[in-house]
Amino acid sequence: MKANWEIGVGLFGLILLIWAHYTGLFVAPPEAMMGDVGRILYAHVPTAWVGLSTYLVAFIAAVGAIWSGKWAWDAMVEASVEVGLLLNALLLIQGSLWAKPTWGVYWTWDPRLTTCAIMVVAFGVVLALRRQIEEPMRRLTMSSIATIIAFVNVPIVYLSVKWWRTLHQPYSSPETVDSAMVTPLRVAAFGMLFLATGFVVRRWRQVHRQLKAEVQAPDLPDAPSPLAVED
Amino acid sequence: MKTTLNILWKDVLIEWRTRSRTVALLSFAYTILLLFAFAIGPDSAALRQHAGAYLWLGLLLSSTLLLDSSMRIEFEAGAISKLLLAPVSAPGLFYGKAIANTIQLWIIGAVSVPMVFVVCDATVVESSGWLALTLALGAAGLAAPGTLYSAMIARLSGKQLLLPLMLFPLVVPVIVSAVKATSLVMMGDPMNQIGSWLALLLCFNLVYWGLCGVLFGRVVEA
Repeated sequence: MKANWEIGVGLFGLILLIWAHYTGLFVAPPEAMMGDVGRILYAHVPTAWVGLSTYLVAFIAAVGAIWSGKWAWDAMVEASVEVGLLLNALLLIQGSLWAKPTWGVYWTWDPRLTTCAIMVVAFGVVLALRRQIEEPMRRLTMSSIATIIAFVNVPIVYLSVKWWRTLHQPYSSPETVDSAMVTPLRVAAFGMLFLATGFVVRRWRQVHRQLKAEVQAPDLPDAPSPLAVED
Repeated sequence: MKTTLNILWKDVLIEWRTRSRTVALLSFAYTILLLFAFAIGPDSAALRQHAGAYLWLGLLLSSTLLLDSSMRIEFEAGAISKLLLAPVSAPGLFYGKAIANTIQLWIIGAVSVPMVFVVCDATVVESSGWLALTLALGAAGLAAPGTLYSAMIARLSGKQLLLPLMLFPLVVPVIVSAVKATSLVMMGDPMNQIGSWLALLLCFNLVYWGLCGVLFGRVVEA
């Protein structure tokens, strides 16, 4: 049980998310400007916060991996990039669904949307790179470097609404929304955080085990020498 | 600094002695420009309006070939291992190669500009000094992460696919700001926006020339 605590954390996060979305959809008042369309706030904003935080974990793990060369850090790079990629892909889908009734299109070349799409591709490349390199230590180094470079996109995405003229709303936080919306928003954020933590830790265990098995596996015996041709 | 200059001189000398690669890259950039012009058709207003975009997309596509071949000569026959044993410092090696790549990209860009003028019927409205500066900063922005990435994937089997896949998303800010600045130079800049786009290019260069120089040592050690 102790080794599987992440399942409990993930399930607890799921329960929080269900409660927050029920409250956000049926109890909280509609958004003043957007009406019911604005209720996507309870899914979209927590996904963004936790998605970017997961990339921060990947960045810290990449620095740790390159610094120490330990497989535990390397496994964390893979686990957090995978979950971060999933969350940020969800973020783009949620944003597109919200953009259609609000802006009239699913996609526009807005700075926030564009930088976010670039970030998703940049971290997707980290996973593609990992699959291409067979030697574990080289894989650790190369994917950590690719993660560190891809992380430069994260502050750009976060600050894009401040740096450029954009259609996207400025930063959302419990202080910027009505008090009736704060509780479901906070609970959804914690729910998403616990769920993502459960996913990351679960995946980390699997990858760590795979890496250890890969490193400890004995080398294959040398190929037999070709048969001598008898005269 | 001396190492950087030596590596730079080595690359320039190799390039000078085997000029066929530069000629091939220039031909490639010219072909891409022609393809864009054919794809758009005889709409001279559209060609003129998007001339900056064609120039930078041509440079971006040429850069993948240049970066790949520039790093291949170091990894062939273990040349890079011998360089490191010489000993040549990894940051010196990185900056030498990245500056050599920047110069080559700048030359391809400088030769492509007259082609753009002819093919797209474009002209320079603002000072041509802005255009030269945009080319220099844009070429440097492509060269720094490109040099690091080409070293990272030099020994991989799928490197032809991986280099553009890794480089293109990363250099989108370079392409966006370089295209904007080039278009403003060619179409006019009544709102004085060129400076802010060049400032963005400069920031990108400062971040990536610093970061890639630090990380290059780990890449070649691995």
